[in-house]
Amino acid sequence: MHDLLTGVFFWIALGVCLIGMLARFIMYFRGLSWQLDRVAYTSHPAAGVKGAVRSIYKWLIPFGTYGWRTQPFIAVAFFGFHIGAVLLPFFLLGHTLFLKEKLGISFISLNATVADGLAWAAVISAFFLVLRRLVLPEVRIMTTLQDYFILLISIAPFATGLLARYEIGNYSFWLNMHIFCGELLLIAIPFTKLSHVFLFFASRAQLGMDFGIKRGGMKGTKMAW
Amino acid sequence: MPEGKFCNKKPVDTAEGITQLLSDTSGNTYYKEMKELTVDSDLLWKTIQNTCKSRIRTWLEICAHCGMCAESCFLYQVNGRDPKQVPAYKIQSTLGKIIQKKGKVDNAFMRHAMEVAWSQCTCCNRCGMYCPHGIDTGIMFGYLRGLLYQQGFVPWELKIGAGMHRVYNAQMDVTDADFVDTFEWMVEEYEEDYPGLTVPVDKEGADIMYTVNAREVKHYPEDLAEAAVLFHMAGENWTVPSKGWEETSLAMFAGDWAACKIQVESVYAAMERLKPKRMIGTECGHAHRATVIEGPYWAGRKDGLPPVESIHYVEWLAEALNTGKLKIDPSKRIKELVTLQDSCNYIRNQGLKQATRDIMKHIVEPGYFVEMSPNKEHNYCCGGGGGFNGIGLYRKQRNIALIKKRDQILATGAKLVLAPCHNCWDAIRDLEEEYDIGIRWSFLKPVIIKMLDIPDHLKPEE
Repeated sequence: MHDLLTGVFFWIALGVCLIGMLARFIMYFRGLSWQLDRVAYTSHPAAGVKGAVRSIYKWLIPFGTYGWRTQPFIAVAFFGFHIGAVLLPFFLLGHTLFLKEKLGISFISLNATVADGLAWAAVISAFFLVLRRLVLPEVRIMTTLQDYFILLISIAPFATGLLARYEIGNYSFWLNMHIFCGELLLIAIPFTKLSHVFLFFASRAQLGMDFGIKRGGMKGTKMAW
Repeated sequence: MPEGKFCNKKPVDTAEGITQLLSDTSGNTYYKEMKELTVDSDLLWKTIQNTCKSRIRTWLEICAHCGMCAESCFLYQVNGRDPKQVPAYKIQSTLGKIIQKKGKVDNAFMRHAMEVAWSQCTCCNRCGMYCPHGIDTGIMFGYLRGLLYQQGFVPWELKIGAGMHRVYNAQMDVTDADFVDTFEWMVEEYEEDYPGLTVPVDKEGADIMYTVNAREVKHYPEDLAEAAVLFHMAGENWTVPSKGWEETSLAMFAGDWAACKIQVESVYAAMERLKPKRMIGTECGHAHRATVIEGPYWAGRKDGLPPVESIHYVEWLAEALNTGKLKIDPSKRIKELVTLQDSCNYIRNQGLKQATRDIMKHIVEPGYFVEMSPNKEHNYCCGGGGGFNGIGLYRKQRNIALIKKRDQILATGAKLVLAPCHNCWDAIRDLEEEYDIGIRWSFLKPVIIKMLDIPDHLKPEE
């Protein structure tokens, strides 16, 4: 089982994820229309790129925008979850060894304490993200089963990973479950709301170009995100 | 009865059609007929397939339903934080549903969508600044309005307004002759106080071509004279076109994209005919957005720019004051607490926040200018934007919408509000009428004229 999960399944999951992401990324930008979107994307590339970069990096900084600052609770939960979700797959010691063996790419490894901290932060943050959905009327009204499903499959690799890490019950069972959940997540990325892992950059870039080109950027005004 | 006599899918494009529609008081019959109007689902779905591309589809798809946009929406705030007023919910439950059902929605749904599109969103675009994914719900509501307009589900006044643009190239029944006559008459009225004051009509190659809001011609003609006075005092070489003088676009509020194109092309034709160095529009927010920011795209201009450099009135004023073309008598500056309304359409949507603040520095005694909170691109809509002010059917909702601006103004302690935007000006007037908070409000032109330091050679003879 372990061989299958780390062998052919791994390659399928990775392939689906990467090809799917690439295809959707290309489709997104091909589907932009200067006239329908009313943004002269190609006529003012420098202003566009400037706006796009600002629009992305401002939102990647914890408390870097008005949005994050005015809503500190979700900002903490959001970054608590996403920092681990982005760093651990690449830089956890077990993962770096695996990736080195499979892909020949070697990433630096996170210190074990830091990695544990990030994993716990992600699980705890995810709990609060679920809680928000249940408690806040403005979030509850829009929340669908799919939203819970996405949260579930996003948190499953962390939960199973921690169970394996602390060897609660059968280590190899949890390890296999962890790998399975991780691969499931990879496959789900291009086809679900998880597509935001790459479409976030596309969508933010688009709005950034809008502000950079049409809504003030070319007047020399920097949007105060 | 699928297509009504008043309420139908056909745009109004004759003067008779407009008169007929206007004869239906408050649109009473119009809205009755709307209940019977059939939805052309095939057309709706075909239009969506042709015009709803990756940007909007991705926005609808990746919306995480996180609710971070909720608090950014003033309508959510003033309506008791009703979850049905969360921007993401509003768009997902209307445009999102239409797309999900591939256009197969019924009459009741379309009427509901109309109510949401015109009474629960002013297209102020503030929510777009607060969404981590950069989802701009205001843009999507603009798009939804277009779909609704095509199907005949549009508020009565806006159907008329869009029709006006088709017939008169103006938002109301003001003809080109009315415009020129009124401008000339008003200038004559002011000539005694300002010797040499003229209104140069159709002058080719002027430095400035000035465009206005038809309401000024019809209801506030002194505004035209004030514009002439300020250009005169600044020594500008300016002109107005006898055709293509209307900068506004109720068609934009209505979602009548074909009329938007007709309207903006009339202004661009004037630019091409008169070849001015620059075009300057009056103190109006949506007019600037329609003619300068969005207009180039309706007219198919790939660089997204009008034929000649086009700036907002506040940009010209700031420039004239900063360069000393216009001089203010310091003893006449405003010496009471005064606040400033940032118009969404050119502050959030074109970043002109510095221009109005430069103006305030010149015209307000230091220490008397109080910013609203929040301000600049984070400012809230006046409460009447996007056509909301003009729709009788939603007057009650509009009056509730004014509460946010009322409270913002009250918090400044100022009794004078400068509002360089027709829509904001109207909304602030209405909020005073509705809530009686004891404020005064004004455009910039009349305030500045009163404090000008007039050079001797321009003064009237004693």
